[in-house]
This record gives sequence, C-alpha cells and structure tokens, in this order.
Amino acid sequence: MHSHVDNAQRTAFDAATGINLCWSCKGPVGSGSPFCPTCHMVQAPGQIDHFTRLGLEPAYDLDKGDLDRRYFDLQRRLHPDRFATKTPRERALSQSQAASLNQAYETLKDDLGRADYLVHLKGAGVLPEGCNLVNDTFLLMETMEMREALEEAGTPEAVDVLSRRARGDIEACVEQLSKLFQARDLEGACRLTTRLKYLRKLAEEARRARARLKVSG
Amino acid sequence: MTLLQIHEPGATPTPHEDDMRLAVGIDLGTTNSVVAISTDNKPEVLRDEDGAALVPSVVAYAPDRSAIVGGMARQLLLDRPESVVSSIKRLMGRGVEDVKGLRGVLPFEVEPAEDGGMVRLNISGHKLTPVEISADILKALKERAEEHLGAAVDSAVVTVPAYFDDAARTATKDAARLAGLEVLRLVNEPTAAALAYGLDKGAEGLYAVFDLGGGTFDISILRMEKGVFQVLATGGDAALGGDDFDHAIADHFLSERAGRLPGETLTRSEVKVALMTARLAKECLSRSECPGEWVLDVDGKQTSHALAPEGMNDLIRPLVERTVSISADVLEDAGLAPGDVKGVVMVGGSTRVPLVRRVVKDFFGSDPLANIDPDEVVALGAALQAEALTVGSDTLLLDVAPLSLGIETMGGLVEKIIERNTPIPVAKAQEFTTYRDGQTGMDIHVVQGEREMVDQNRSLARFELHGIPPMTAGAARIRVTFSVDADGLLTVGAVEDTTGVEARVEVKPSYGISEDEMAEMLYDSMKHAGEDMTRRLLAEARVEAGRSLSAVVSALEADGELLSPKERSSIEAAMAAVEKAVRGEDRDVVNASVEALDEATRAFAEKRMDRGIRAALRGVSVDELESGSQDEDAM
Repeated sequence: MHSHVDNAQRTAFDAATGINLCWSCKGPVGSGSPFCPTCHMVQAPGQIDHFTRLGLEPAYDLDKGDLDRRYFDLQRRLHPDRFATKTPRERALSQSQAASLNQAYETLKDDLGRADYLVHLKGAGVLPEGCNLVNDTFLLMETMEMREALEEAGTPEAVDVLSRRARGDIEACVEQLSKLFQARDLEGACRLTTRLKYLRKLAEEARRARARLKVSG
Repeated sequence: MTLLQIHEPGATPTPHEDDMRLAVGIDLGTTNSVVAISTDNKPEVLRDEDGAALVPSVVAYAPDRSAIVGGMARQLLLDRPESVVSSIKRLMGRGVEDVKGLRGVLPFEVEPAEDGGMVRLNISGHKLTPVEISADILKALKERAEEHLGAAVDSAVVTVPAYFDDAARTATKDAARLAGLEVLRLVNEPTAAALAYGLDKGAEGLYAVFDLGGGTFDISILRMEKGVFQVLATGGDAALGGDDFDHAIADHFLSERAGRLPGETLTRSEVKVALMTARLAKECLSRSECPGEWVLDVDGKQTSHALAPEGMNDLIRPLVERTVSISADVLEDAGLAPGDVKGVVMVGGSTRVPLVRRVVKDFFGSDPLANIDPDEVVALGAALQAEALTVGSDTLLLDVAPLSLGIETMGGLVEKIIERNTPIPVAKAQEFTTYRDGQTGMDIHVVQGEREMVDQNRSLARFELHGIPPMTAGAARIRVTFSVDADGLLTVGAVEDTTGVEARVEVKPSYGISEDEMAEMLYDSMKHAGEDMTRRLLAEARVEAGRSLSAVVSALEADGELLSPKERSSIEAAMAAVEKAVRGEDRDVVNASVEALDEATRAFAEKRMDRGIRAALRGVSVDELESGSQDEDAM
C-alpha cells in the first residue's frame, strides 16, 4: 500500500540490476516474473517481449499446442478470477497481467501477427524504414489482378476457386517465412510479411464476396 | 474472520483461508430469475416452499414504492397493470432514443425524455429506472437465498447475455450494488450453462451454446480443453426471444378478435390479456396436445381462438429461422462449419418449443443436450462459478469481448480499437494528437458495435480529456488506453507521452447512471446503506492487513537473519498490533496498524534491497538468491 522505497531509488535499482522490487514484501523480483519468489504476490506485467512472456525463445516456428498449453497454464494463475477475493491492488495487477498475456498470445498464435511482431522485434534499428512500405510492384500487380478476378466472379463456385488459391498462397507464404526467419533474412521476411497481409485481405474479401453471392443467390 | 497467525520459518502461511463468504449464482432473466448456490462443486437451485425455482422477473409497486416481486406481482398484471413491470431486462442500459422504436411493444409507460439519459418508467406514480427495478428483483433473490442459508449473502455471480453491451453490463452491476450484492463476476449466460453441463470436465472440442430466453438470443462457440473454457465467438440478438413468440401469437389472437368485435379500440389491458393467453398457449402447445381453443375475456367480451401446434409453428417460424441464420453467421465468423461442433447445449425456456429443437438439430446435425432444465441451467453454472471464485477451482473461463469497441473519427467514421471476439481482459492503447496550437482539451466519443458509421453503432460514452500541456498543433502525443476487464466493462486512461502529464478522463456514460445518481439511489433505497458501506470497507481493510502481514512473514522467512534481535522484536510487535486491530471492528485502527507495520519494516526493506543490489551486481540471479530460503517458488 505505502512503499517506503521511493521511485528514484527503485528506478536506480531496476537499472543497475534488471530486477524489480516486490511491491508487497519489498523483496527482489526478476523482471518479467509474474510472481514474487519470496511472498508469491502477483507483480506488474513489465515490459518484456511476447515470446519471453510465454517462456519462449523468439522464433517464427512455433508449436501451437505448446503455445496453448503455456498460455492456459499462465492464465490459470494470473486471470482475475483467481483474485476475486484479494485486495484491489492484486486484482488490478492480475488484470494487467492477464491483458498482457492475452495480447502476447493473440499476437503469437497468428501466423501474420507473429511474423509482423518478430520482424519488428529483430529488425528494430536494422531494417532501414520499418516494414510498412509497399514498394513491391509484383505484389501490387498480383493484388490488383486478384481483386479484378473477384469482382468478375459471378458464382459462389468461381469465388471458391479464387479463395482456394488465396489460401494456398497463404500457406506457401507462411512456409517461406519460416525459412527466411531461420536464415535470418530479415529483409526478405519483411517483404513476405507485407505479402501475407495482402493475401489475408484478399482471402477476407473473397469470404465477403461469397457471403454476398449466397444472399443474393 | 479469524486471523493469520505468525508462522515459524518453514511453515506455510495460508492466507485468506477463513475469508470465505457465501456467494450465490444469479440468473437475472427477462422473464424469470433463478438463484442457486454451490457447495463442494454441487450446485443447487434455491426453491420456494412450493418447490418453484423460477421467480418471475415481474415487480409490482405500491403507492409507497414498496415492491412485490415474482408470482404475486405477475398475478397483479391483470388487475393493476399500471403498477406492474415485466421484461425490464430489455431496457437495461437503454437510452430514451433506443426505446422509441419499442413503444407500443412494451407493456409499460416510458417517461418522455428528460435529458437524453437513462430510460425512466412511470409506475404507480414513481419514476423508476430499469436499474432500480432490477435491483428490486435482485433483492428478492438475495432474501430468498438468505432465508435458505440462514446467513447473510453479500456477493454473487450474476449472469448476462453474452451480447450485452457495456451499458447493459454496467446497469446490471449497478442494480446488484443497489440490492446490496457485490458482483464477483458478470458471467455470460452461455458460459455458465456450459459450466453446469460439466463441459469443463473431460469434454474436449468445440461446443455451441444455443440460448433462447424470454427476451434475448445468444449463440456462443466454446472450445473446451483441459478445464479451460475458451469462448471463440459469440453473436445474437438482444431483442429476440420467447416474448416475441408470445407477441406473434397475441397479434394473431388480437387480429382475429378485431375482426369479430369491429369498432372496439385496442386497450392496454387487452394487450396484456392477449399476451398472457398467448404465453399459456405456447407453453401448452410445446408440452403436449392441447385443447386448441383459447379464450380472451376482456371487459366482459369473450372471443375464442383456435390454435394447433402447426398453426403456432407458422406464426413463430420466421423468428426461429432468425436464430439459425445468426448461428450460421457466428460460425462463419469463427471460420467454422456446423459439423465442427461436437455438441449443442440448449439454454432458456424457449428452447422447450419443439420447433426450436427440431431446427437446431437440423442445422448442427446432432441431438442437442437438454437434460438439465433449460430454465435452471444458467443459475446452476453461475453458482459453480461463485464457488470457484470464493473457494477456488481448476476450471478457468476465458471470455471474449462480445462487440467491437471503437472511437469516432473524422466524418462520423468509426475506428475500431478492440475487435469483437478479442480475449478479455484486454488493454489497447491508441495515440491521439492535437489539431490546434495550445489545445488543452479533447473530446473522444466511444462507440460499441460492428458498423462503419458512428450513428449505426451504440454510443457508449464521451470522454473529455483535460490538462493536456499546451503545445503546437500535432506535437502532443496523447496515449489513450482502453481496458476491458473480465466482466466486459470498459475503463479509459490517458497520458500525454512527451511530458508524462496525465490527462484527466471524464466519463459521461451515454445511458448509464452517474456516480452521484448512484449514491443518491443507494441512500434513498437503503436505510442501512451506510452500515453496508462501513462493513465492506472494514472487510477490505482486513484483507489488506492480511496481505501486509503475510508479506512480512515471507520477508522474515527469506531474509530474517539481516535483523538484530531488537529490530526483529519491534517488527513482531507491529505485526501483533495488526493482528489485534483486525480482530476489532474499527477500520481506521486496522489501517493505522498496517501503516505502523509498514513503517516498522522500512529499515528491513532497505537492508533487503541493499543485499539484492549487491547480489545482482555479483551476477547472482534473484532465483538463486531466494532458493536457499524458499523452496516453493510461485513461478
């Protein structure tokens, strides 16, 4: 409730050691640890990357079953429902822990979200202009062609053909991304991440086009 | 509450073990409400002396504002319709504008708009909000529980339709507060139903919960895995339910009657009689073969109306088909086909209607699960969750935001900040900047819904940010954080990034009750509101004291050797003082003793920090540092 260790001291402590002070028992806590090793009290989520939060090494390849297990295991201990009868401070901390965990899980479980996150995590200061520019003429052409084809498709079956193609492209793109990340080719991974974004949009447009045709048909 | 003992080093302190409170599960329904309690994982519905579990969600008000809730109130619907309210859940969190479209459909008078805020009804000369009326229902349920259990009940898990928006959830929570109940958690009705079916135990795979109640329809897709309930997608219609079946049948009766009694104008009481008759017909036709003849008797004029099961099916089929088309949309949203679903749980009294079961079976291709009473299943699940929250459980409910949250941008467009079906709790930040030099304030309009334009969505709240440091246009970086908690409720915080100045956020809920109004209502409606508040604050102070004590116990176990015997005994004296204070009834004494304990351990904390720094600088990890003193690591 009342910390006698003032903020300046605390900041100096964090900076010097990479460890934090438990707000409750004032003992040391490794940064990123959700609980104090001394008094077991829940801590603030802190600024750690999504992979570390789930106990993973930053890598594109990921066993989704393993990700689920880690996520469920952590939520079991951090979710606000576990703190329903605890102090307001613990409840608030558990809420921010659970929210950070949800964000990490949602980002990593998605092939695109994970690629985007990893490119930025590894590419900060390495890639010249972030990873948001579209200067890939081939990608633009491809996208435009696909859009036209979608507009012209007059039957659900015709849309299905296009949407199958988009799905196939998405799968191939994810496989290639895995190889590029393994080879530490960040620029290539960045380009493909952009491509994956466009392919996802196309697949979504195909889905909507199909829904429209179903309604009107 | 008994007290924490000071444990010898090595003994495990078990904080909060005596903190258990009686917590019930409440299904606050449109048509009926149910209260249940669970002990040792066995939930039980609390019944009246006649064995009835359902409390009709109907409230009758006397001129002195005293309320009668339940079956008796429902009987008064016929004699004193102007003093009785039903289906109030439909108005939870609704504004006057929302209700305009429903006028004529609703069986009560809506007060004309005063300030564009929350709807008020005029009943027996009292202007009442849906929150107050719902609070009266909750009070009746609380009383029923207290009579059964012979003890005070002060907390509950209350269920809401998954589709309820922020305003409706807030209204529900406010109603509980007004009834003297602390809401441990708002749980979505479908999730509660799945809990009651024990789908958390053993069941793996995807399940759908098809919930057709009196006033709302919800469909949820849940994934079960090792005791974790993950809500993948939800959808529904907050204004579709069995009441609409009644309306369809009543309309049919009334149009026949109008044909036979030309020139008679339709009166409000005639509508009420027709609705009651329609409900009886629906229930009877759903159970068995019925006489097929229904009589409307109003003002001494009787008309007789024939209705067979097929006739009823024709009247309600468009409504039933809407549920299927919503289900199909939700599945498609989640990227699933009906065949992916392993089982369908049926919830809500309206799933008793044979046509509903048939249509659901045809759509999902499997026989629905319906062996628990669909009217009781939600309350049973809520009771299980109440026990899980107060006593502990291995089951975990991971819910999603039912509707997207966004803010108004240029041209009345919505920019989504939290997408629908995002797991909650969630916190998302959005950066804004100023458009004028020296601008110190900013309006932010938050809406909830899936449409692209602001006016097609529900307005949740307007936030005014004040205290932005004056800068040139576009220089300020205001980070606004939107957090949705596990109950699905939104809070907003804002900070100016370049200066670190916190902008003040003023929330004006579009359809909610302000804190002032809430306080006034609490004051008006409960003479002992003050006592309740004092009791709650004392309980909170005690929990905080327990937390503080157990932190010091752990610290002593870990680093006690840093202390001289004299230092140790002064800390122990401070701990004893806290223990003594907690046994008393004075909150201020408890708080003061906790502060004194903080003060007494200050030097100790500094010593521990010094040691931590030295160890860290030597390269010893925190875990190694702690492993000698504490075997059981919370990690």
